[in-house]
Amino acid sequence: MSAAPLDALGVSQRLADYGAWLDAMDYEAWLGLFTADCDYQITTRENEQAGLPLALMWCDGQAMLADRLASLQHVNEYNLHYPRHVMGMARRLPDQAAAPHAFEAPYALYQTTLEGESRLFSVGRYAMQWRAVNGDWKLHTMRVIVDTAQVPSLLACPI
Amino acid sequence: MTNTAPQPVAASIDWPRPDYTRVPFALYHSPEWYAQEMECIFRGPTWNYLCLEAELPNKGDFVATYVGDTPVVVSRGDDGAIHAFVNRCAHKGALIVRQPRGNARAHTCIYHRWTYTRDGRLSGVPFRVGIEGQGGMPKDFDPACHGPRKLRVDTHGGLVFGTFSESTEPLGEYLGAFGRDMLGRFGARPLQVLGYSRQKINGNWKLYAENLRDTYHASLLHEFFVTYGVDRATQKGGVRMDARHRHNMNYAFAGSDTEAQAKAAYADTAARLDRMRLSDERLLHYQSEFADGMNLATPTIFPNVVAIQINNSLAVRQIRPQGVNHFEIFQTVVGYADDTDEMRRHRLLSANLVGPAGLVSMEDGEAIEIIQRATRAERGGQTSVIEMGGRGPVQDQAHRATEAPVRGFWSYWAELMGVQPPQGIQ
Repeated sequence: MSAAPLDALGVSQRLADYGAWLDAMDYEAWLGLFTADCDYQITTRENEQAGLPLALMWCDGQAMLADRLASLQHVNEYNLHYPRHVMGMARRLPDQAAAPHAFEAPYALYQTTLEGESRLFSVGRYAMQWRAVNGDWKLHTMRVIVDTAQVPSLLACPI
Repeated sequence: MTNTAPQPVAASIDWPRPDYTRVPFALYHSPEWYAQEMECIFRGPTWNYLCLEAELPNKGDFVATYVGDTPVVVSRGDDGAIHAFVNRCAHKGALIVRQPRGNARAHTCIYHRWTYTRDGRLSGVPFRVGIEGQGGMPKDFDPACHGPRKLRVDTHGGLVFGTFSESTEPLGEYLGAFGRDMLGRFGARPLQVLGYSRQKINGNWKLYAENLRDTYHASLLHEFFVTYGVDRATQKGGVRMDARHRHNMNYAFAGSDTEAQAKAAYADTAARLDRMRLSDERLLHYQSEFADGMNLATPTIFPNVVAIQINNSLAVRQIRPQGVNHFEIFQTVVGYADDTDEMRRHRLLSANLVGPAGLVSMEDGEAIEIIQRATRAERGGQTSVIEMGGRGPVQDQAHRATEAPVRGFWSYWAELMGVQPPQGIQ
């Protein structure tokens, strides 16, 4: 089964699901957007610019990503809040020969406390590479490059 | 350089007990006490972590850092030595250096282009002799008399420390045998920076200083430790301090307890000892690399730094106060320059345990913020209760059900602030 060609609109539609599932804390659906051997990283623009490899969160494969979500749901304590992703339009990266199916999109992520106080939590961009798997497009690499290198309070939930 | 003797903003603090088992909540909220801390502690007779030697390999390399909330530039000078000076132009007080790090021939303030050498001396004042004979600085203006305040600098274990005070004892004495040994262990091989993380916590900086001295909370708040068997209070370990009890370390030895011991100890908590397993256990892999066998070691040097080892993740965390209600944890994650590629990759994976998103550290931010929120209104006599591990004198303990080093912190804090209770312990 071959997948229909992926364009910027298709990526934006998938990112809408991506954000909605994270905001609804439907982690099972969200995890389904990734390939089995995916690479998910949240890093900072500061480290990226300096060429430093450290990530704030690095899941090397879908299994590690599933572990992170299980820990989040059953083990870790964090600031209780509602997340809200606001996604920008995706754009195809120009050099498709070097990185096929590579796209990027900006985002803003707000957090709202259980008492209703909202704040901008993180702003940055997604650098993505998609791969066709069984007729559908899955995220093979997802680098979330946060401009907000100074993490407010703590970073528990994936971006 | 001056050394300001402690001048308490209030006559004294009403410590309910001389062994610091009670600490008034008001101390986390008073702007006056905060201002005094900046003067008597951070700009007082203490050695503050500035950066790593590994960040300044070449002449002209610089790092912008903080001592308390005072901005400081650390720079390798033309003489090859490391210098540190206040990041504030002698003219109007503007920041001289605005980049977090880099390399520069000289440092020029953008406002009126006053220029400073790599070691922090004022070397250039535009229009000093005026323009076409008019204006300019007075003839007796001497640039040598107008430079930013300098710090004394010394290093140990690859960590660079600075002090504002002439009266601070030499760094080696300040660290004591305990601090020298543990930082020497951390920096036994040349360090390599893997990256930075920053975490802004809405709380008073002392709550984090206490957190680093509280081994009691570690396996209870950070449930990941116990759930996945990274670290349990039943492991052989304990707390060590210097003779003055201002520095401290929590430590543990890998694989030194049994399942039965752990189950008995955690029976009355919600900890899940054997219900969950990681589907990918690479995160928990520990490759022994220190001769002493410790897989957890947190040497914490008063007032602003911890060089933390959790398994194969290594990091230096600096406390940067930003007002009475906020501070940043600035974390530099490191490996060793001679690490294999495989080890470097493993350290980067292990870094999932630490930092603002750390599986065994994220909770600290929340714990501190909920204290700050719940005690905000408190200006009276309400206090915390710090008795785990006993009352009275503070001493090293070869067990982990203790928060005694927290009391050591407060005793030294009170000494520097000049507010010790009668018969206060040390």
